Amino acid sequence: MSRPRISNAAVPYLPRGVRLHDDRVRGIRVLLAPERAMQLDPVGDAILSELNGKRSLAEVILVLCNRYAAPAEQIESDVREFITGLVDRRMVFLAEEGGAGIAADAAKAEVAHAG
Amino acid sequence: MPDDGPRDILGNPVLVAPPMAMLAELTHRCPLACPYCSNPVELARVQTELSAAEWADIFAQAAAMGVLQVHLSGGEPASRRDLTQIATSARDAGLYVNLITSGIGLTETRLRELDGVVDHVQLSLQGIDAEMADWISGYGGSFSRKMQAVEWIRAIGFPLTLNAVVHRQNLDRLPEMIDLAERLGCRRIEVATVQFHGWADLNRRPLMPTQAQAIRAREVVLAARERLRGRMVIDYVPADHHAAHPKSCMGGWGSTGLNIAPDGVVLPCHAAQTIQSLRFDNARERPLAEIWRDSTAFNAFRGTAWLPEPCQSCDRRELDFGGCRCQAMAVAGDAMVTDPVCTRSPLNARLRAEAEADAASDDTALVYRRMSRELRS
Repeated sequence: MSRPRISNAAVPYLPRGVRLHDDRVRGIRVLLAPERAMQLDPVGDAILSELNGKRSLAEVILVLCNRYAAPAEQIESDVREFITGLVDRRMVFLAEEGGAGIAADAAKAEVAHAG
Repeated sequence: MPDDGPRDILGNPVLVAPPMAMLAELTHRCPLACPYCSNPVELARVQTELSAAEWADIFAQAAAMGVLQVHLSGGEPASRRDLTQIATSARDAGLYVNLITSGIGLTETRLRELDGVVDHVQLSLQGIDAEMADWISGYGGSFSRKMQAVEWIRAIGFPLTLNAVVHRQNLDRLPEMIDLAERLGCRRIEVATVQFHGWADLNRRPLMPTQAQAIRAREVVLAARERLRGRMVIDYVPADHHAAHPKSCMGGWGSTGLNIAPDGVVLPCHAAQTIQSLRFDNARERPLAEIWRDSTAFNAFRGTAWLPEPCQSCDRRELDFGGCRCQAMAVAGDAMVTDPVCTRSPLNARLRAEAEADAASDDTALVYRRMSRELRS
């Protein structure tokens, strides 16, 4: 994959229009997004449930490492792969640490808007 | 499986899974007159439209059946004065609410009412500039009004998808359409080649893309996807008549989605009423779950057991389910045969020759989709 690696300090978050949902009819967890409904396995659900718009990628990995017995390398690679795939599909956005990036994103949108 | 369980058109037992998505056509009214409109040629009259209360009941039933997403569409959904009430009832039912609009008729006030109600907005694009967009939509000023709507949508912060419908008249400007979507801050763009059913079939000569355009469009999309990865998603519906394999219409008949017409008729797809041998139930008269599970129309083409040859022995049968039933009906006069878009259909050579002849036409006269005065009352 030629994509640049997501920085540990980046803050992944579910943007407006993307949300977790309890599908009671099928008894599954899903991620709802524009024109998409993605069934989540327990790992995906655990990862996305830790995104709060404040935690950096490194912090999300740390929280999951503290909770699950799997080797840290395994958890880190699972989280990175999963988040990268969702970033590519515009179902997860990235901000710089501290949430400043969210404001920066908005500013970028304003620039695009003016253009 | 018990003897009285659901059966396909040949009497084979079928499995029924819960639907994921529902298209709610709130009205057939629309200020635009796009010559490829997916509404049926026989439009539903205004006085038969479901009320907001009836829609609320349908949304609650749909959510209980397992529907996750509802697409509020039309016609133009903004032509309904009670759009906010209808959308709110969909949200309250727990559905993900997608608004499919041309932007014409949406006001800033209305959009602010929908803030927190509608999850996502999908805006149609007829052309890259006023000249093309106003000609194709048959509505002077449509492009500038649409761009005004985009400003409001962006200011409120709705995630936005641009839905670019492409055909021979505008396909050469696809790169600019993708640029526009990017400039407008869209998260997604859908590039959908016109499907030649209904109104579009009346406009085959001016709209049919050339083979060269279809090839070029694919290259443009693939290159743009690579360039825009992580910034904008591009969904692409290629030109049907130039493909080797048919599309899996609706992901398989009666498998994942259902449509509710403005008058409450429940359909497996928006063109299904062209198959006149099928009888379609109305949500006003029968519970939605029962229609989904038990109606002969929904069960007719479920699964693969009913498939004819060459589909039955084809290793793609679980991928495309024999293709589009409505296209089989339209081209072959028989909804039970292989979609003639498939190269293995005996009708494929004729279909391609006709598409090529239409694509070579220099006809630019459009048959616009209009609602008669009588139906508008």
